Amino acid sequence: MTKVNFSRALATLAAGMLFGFGLSYATMVRPEVVLSFLRFQDWGLMLVMGGAMSVVMLTYQLAPRLMARPVLDDHFHKHPSTWNRDTAVGAALFGVGWGLCGVCPGPAIAGLGTGNWDLLWALGGIALGALVQGLRAK
Amino acid sequence: MQSLLSLFPLGWQHYLLGGLLIGAGTALLFVMTGRIGGMSTVFSSTWSFVVQRPFFQQARFVDSRGWRLVYAAGLILGALVWWLGLAGGQPQATAVPVWQLVVGGFFVGYGARLGNGCTSGHGICGMGSLQLPSLMAVLTFMATAFLTANLAARWLV
Repeated sequence: MTKVNFSRALATLAAGMLFGFGLSYATMVRPEVVLSFLRFQDWGLMLVMGGAMSVVMLTYQLAPRLMARPVLDDHFHKHPSTWNRDTAVGAALFGVGWGLCGVCPGPAIAGLGTGNWDLLWALGGIALGALVQGLRAK
Repeated sequence: MQSLLSLFPLGWQHYLLGGLLIGAGTALLFVMTGRIGGMSTVFSSTWSFVVQRPFFQQARFVDSRGWRLVYAAGLILGALVWWLGLAGGQPQATAVPVWQLVVGGFFVGYGARLGNGCTSGHGICGMGSLQLPSLMAVLTFMATAFLTANLAARWLV
C-alpha cells in the first residue's frame, strides 16, 4: 500500500469513527429511540438529522470553493440523485422497513460496536435486501 | 419554551451534539478524500466480492468497496469508543421482536438500494448538497415510516 493510500484509509477510518461515535452519542443506535420519533413521542431525530445536514451542507458548499482539491485526492466527488420510479418506490419501501424495525443502515453497523447483538438480525435483513435488489436489477 | 422542550422528553443536547458529530465525520471524509459518505452503498458494494453478476460488478461498487468497508469499520470502532468510554460497556439489547428486525431490515436494504440512498445518503449527503430529488426521497420515506410505525404500534404490540 502506498503512503497516500494508507493516509486515505486512515482518514476514512477516522471519519467513520466520528460518524459512529455521533450515532451512538445521539442514541440513534437504539431502535426504540428511532421508533419513538416515528411515533411522534420524541423529536430528537430531527435535531440529529438537522445538525448533521447543516455541517455537511456548509462543508459541501465551502470546501470546493476554498480548496483546489481534497487533501488526499485530486478531485471532489459528486453524487447526483435523480427522481424516478425506482427512487420513489425504493424510498417508500425503505420507510416501511424503517418504521417496522427502527434500524437504518448506519445504526445497523454502528450498533454492533455497542455490544447489541440483536442488531445482527437487522444487519442480516439489510444485507439480504440489498442482495435481492441487485439480483432483480437489470 | 416549555412546550418546545416537551418535544424532547429525554433532553435535546445529546441529539444535537451527536448530529453535529455525524456531520463532522461526513465532512472530514469529504475534505480529506473528496468522497460522499452515504452508508447504504456498502451493502451492495460488499456483495461485489462474492457475487459475479454484472450488476454487482459495476465500477461504482468495485472501485469503492474497499474504502466503504473501512468507513463501516470506523463506524463500529467509533461506537465502541462511545460504549466503553461513556456508556459503561454494559451489553445493549432491543425489545423490538426479531421478526420485525429481519423483515424491516430486508425492506430497509431493498428499498435503500433501489432508491439509491438511505437516511444518510439522501438525508444527510443528498439534502446537504441541496438536491431536490433527495429531499423528495426523504419526504417519501418519512411518510411511509410514520405510517408504518404508528400502524405497527397499534396492531402489533
